[in-house]
Amino acid sequence: MRDFAKQALDTAVARGASYADVRVMDIRQRYLSTKNGAPAQVRESQSYGLGVRVVADGAWGFASTDDLSRSNVDRVAAEAVAVARASALCKKEDVQLAPEEKVIDRWESPCAIDPFTVPVAACLDLLLKVDGEVRKVQGITLAEAALDFRRIDQLFLSSLGSDIHQLKTQTGAGFVATAFAGHEIQRRSYPNSFGGQYQTRGYELVEEIDLVGNAPRIAEECVALLKAEQCPSGVKDIILGGSQVGLQIHESIGHPIELDRVLGTEANFAGMSFLTLDKLNSLQYASDIVNVVADATVEHGPGLGTFAYDDEGVPAQSTPIIKDGLFVGYLSSRETAAQVKLPRSSGTMRAEGWNRIPLIRMTNVSLLPGSAKLADLIASTDDGIYMETNRSWSIDDRRYNFQFGTEIGWEIKNGKKTRMLKNPSYGGITTEFWNSCDAICGRDEWVLWGTPNCGKGQPMQTMGTGHGASPARFRQVKVGVAYSG
Amino acid sequence: MEESKAAGHRPALQLTQSMLTRQRADEVFKKVLKWSTADETEAIITWNSYSLTRFANNVIHQNVVEDGVQVSVRAVVDQRTARASTNKLDEESIREVAERALILARLQPPDPDLLRMPGPQTYRSVDRFDSKTAELSPQPRAETVRKAIGRAEKDSLTAAGVYSSGAAVYALFNSRGLRAYHEETVSEFSVTMLGASSSGWAKKTAHNFEELEPETLADRAARKALESHDPREIPPGKYTIILEPAAVLDMLGFLFMDFGGLAVHEQRSCLTGRVGTKLFGENINIRDDVYHPAQGGPPFDWEGMPRQRVHLIEKGVASNLVYARQTAHKVGATPTGHGFPLPNEFGEAPMNIVIDGGRSGVDEMVASTERGLLVTRLWYIREVDPYQKILTGMTRDGTFWIENGKVEYGVKNFRFNQSIIEMLGQVEMLGPPERTAGEESFEMVVPAMKVREFNLSSTTKF
Repeated sequence: MRDFAKQALDTAVARGASYADVRVMDIRQRYLSTKNGAPAQVRESQSYGLGVRVVADGAWGFASTDDLSRSNVDRVAAEAVAVARASALCKKEDVQLAPEEKVIDRWESPCAIDPFTVPVAACLDLLLKVDGEVRKVQGITLAEAALDFRRIDQLFLSSLGSDIHQLKTQTGAGFVATAFAGHEIQRRSYPNSFGGQYQTRGYELVEEIDLVGNAPRIAEECVALLKAEQCPSGVKDIILGGSQVGLQIHESIGHPIELDRVLGTEANFAGMSFLTLDKLNSLQYASDIVNVVADATVEHGPGLGTFAYDDEGVPAQSTPIIKDGLFVGYLSSRETAAQVKLPRSSGTMRAEGWNRIPLIRMTNVSLLPGSAKLADLIASTDDGIYMETNRSWSIDDRRYNFQFGTEIGWEIKNGKKTRMLKNPSYGGITTEFWNSCDAICGRDEWVLWGTPNCGKGQPMQTMGTGHGASPARFRQVKVGVAYSG
Repeated sequence: MEESKAAGHRPALQLTQSMLTRQRADEVFKKVLKWSTADETEAIITWNSYSLTRFANNVIHQNVVEDGVQVSVRAVVDQRTARASTNKLDEESIREVAERALILARLQPPDPDLLRMPGPQTYRSVDRFDSKTAELSPQPRAETVRKAIGRAEKDSLTAAGVYSSGAAVYALFNSRGLRAYHEETVSEFSVTMLGASSSGWAKKTAHNFEELEPETLADRAARKALESHDPREIPPGKYTIILEPAAVLDMLGFLFMDFGGLAVHEQRSCLTGRVGTKLFGENINIRDDVYHPAQGGPPFDWEGMPRQRVHLIEKGVASNLVYARQTAHKVGATPTGHGFPLPNEFGEAPMNIVIDGGRSGVDEMVASTERGLLVTRLWYIREVDPYQKILTGMTRDGTFWIENGKVEYGVKNFRFNQSIIEMLGQVEMLGPPERTAGEESFEMVVPAMKVREFNLSSTTKF
């Protein structure tokens, strides 16, 4: 890895790059799934390649390849410089980068049980056991379960002199129960939708989440949904389960704080942001009990956004985003930090693979825990709905108007959870919604959720992000919006 | 580099050396066979060379080039199958991937539904490769982008978008003698023009970059931005709405996974219990047709079966499904060549959609509308209800109010909650179908549509 990376770096600089960095990545994945009593996908993959990112003539260029021969690595490094020179045909000013020190370091993510050492047969046995428990419940028409293991071995070299080797292990696990009857399909997922729960750790995650133990309850809820009452339309107080709060954070805080969106560089695809620069330190984003951080450090937890250094060689940091409800921070890169005169990048540049440039991505954007207990939130709600596990999600391209649906809900009347509700949905405007938050559950109910497939960029790339969240209550929210009209 | 300045193309020798020819793909498969001890062996070998110039704020801010190969090996042993992939072509890596596929296959219980791999097939030829497009370099793309930026600056707008080009090869071989090979070029120009209070968008893709017409697209997006300035707020409600082709594509793209035979068999499709039923309007005719001249992709599926033309919806009736070999065998149907790589849990889906249209251009649709909206594109569309097929999403980049047959002014964007099934029963007019690209689904050949009673459920602030 190092020889090719060094060769590419040297060639890029020799060809005229004023800045260059090289990432060599070896990405391995094992994906195992079952469906209705039989294995469905059993596959392994490896992807190994090199990407060279340069500034030449004051503009960016990038070239990548998986043909790691000496001659081709030279060619690709030279091509990156040629691409940058083409970019310079349409520039207004030279790229500026906020300063960074060189780093020489090696880091491995915490991993108690290497998932790649767990026998495939044992993994399939577990999934089939889950499957069996789900399908014991009458009315279930489809049971799907999956395990997803990734190992990302990455070397980063830069013309600053940085030399950073990071090894990350990620694990994902979950199952979905589906029931069809009449004219209706209902689904229940555990521990979360989007494939389950994902973290940057090993197989110990799978052991902790007890897939088999939760299978009967989830399957029973799935079938019960077919006979449940439809979520009413109107205005209610809502309490969201922790994983749904996590997705709410992702869509209505995590994305709008990406400084590249704010500055307009994602306008053609992912969109822009309502968080214009004048709103920093002045916008009351949320109620004063809301505190949000973007924290990539190991101390925050083994989230999908945890690492030691980002893909520009900037150390992982904890950046306050919302403090006592006030908007105080963005996710930034070396270039965007320089553009808005921040002293330093907040270290959030991340690339999906060797063939993609890093972009500003969420790390672990988390709602800090409060002090409430879920039981107390319910007991203190007169007329509300408790909603759990995301089913649909949508927001406009500046991140104002959102609508979410969850798999299941329960009506709350006079402090008690009463009837089950199907097809719950709610919607609103981002800042109005977050300002209606009046209670957040405590550390005991806080989980660092993982969203494995956040999409951004052209060409598209996906990234895992982490979101720590506990259940929370929001007052007077429009519900049933997806089915009204 | 002087060579790219001179010709505007990447050096042909460079492309020739790196491109995965049929002969080279065959050599790679021979290596796989050499190391595989499975009862049956299949390899999907893909290669791509792709570059993309990205611009925003009237500058090129990202510019990327990539090339890569993948060898994906499936092993079958005693009615068991699994897959392993690598992007390394050296002897040791090929040996390892063949061995890995076999080891994984052996770890599973036998699958009684697993069929023998198909033997040699005959494919209809489709010509989707243009060598100039394959060799297009960053220099001429930058010059084209500069012109689009010039168009923006003429009206004090800001341009953002992409200009990309590339080539791809898809090859599939198996130990029963099946040999499938397809090469294709791609190009795309997409542009968003931003004004102080509005925006417009246009996008096109083509196998030949000379068909993209970037200046026309830039001008169209600019005019949309200018004409929708200072958008007014219209109350939510059910409206007559004219959807330009990209908006139709991004909406209807959510329907087609439901036309897979396995999805219906497993009761996870909105067509469960409804195949053969008149679900849509009489004027709705949709087929899957990879051979349509405006279509793309290989003429074979991911088992190497030739793709068939399938009429999915005929005069509003959901008449036919598509079937991979295994699903067809399971349910007693005829395979149609739409399978995904095995093993998989999805089964199959139509990927080459052609929607029959009419003769009414968008201008005619506008002229025929007393009160309604004209929508350029839809965004962040997600499924709310899998059986009623209710989708939610937003309008974006050019939404206009129509009154008495004229586009009057721009309006603030809406959220919609709309069932596709109901929508396709409310189509009043259809435009001529055209090759269309959106953002939420794959390219299709679709018309503009005028739809009554489209549910716009809330507004946003811009």
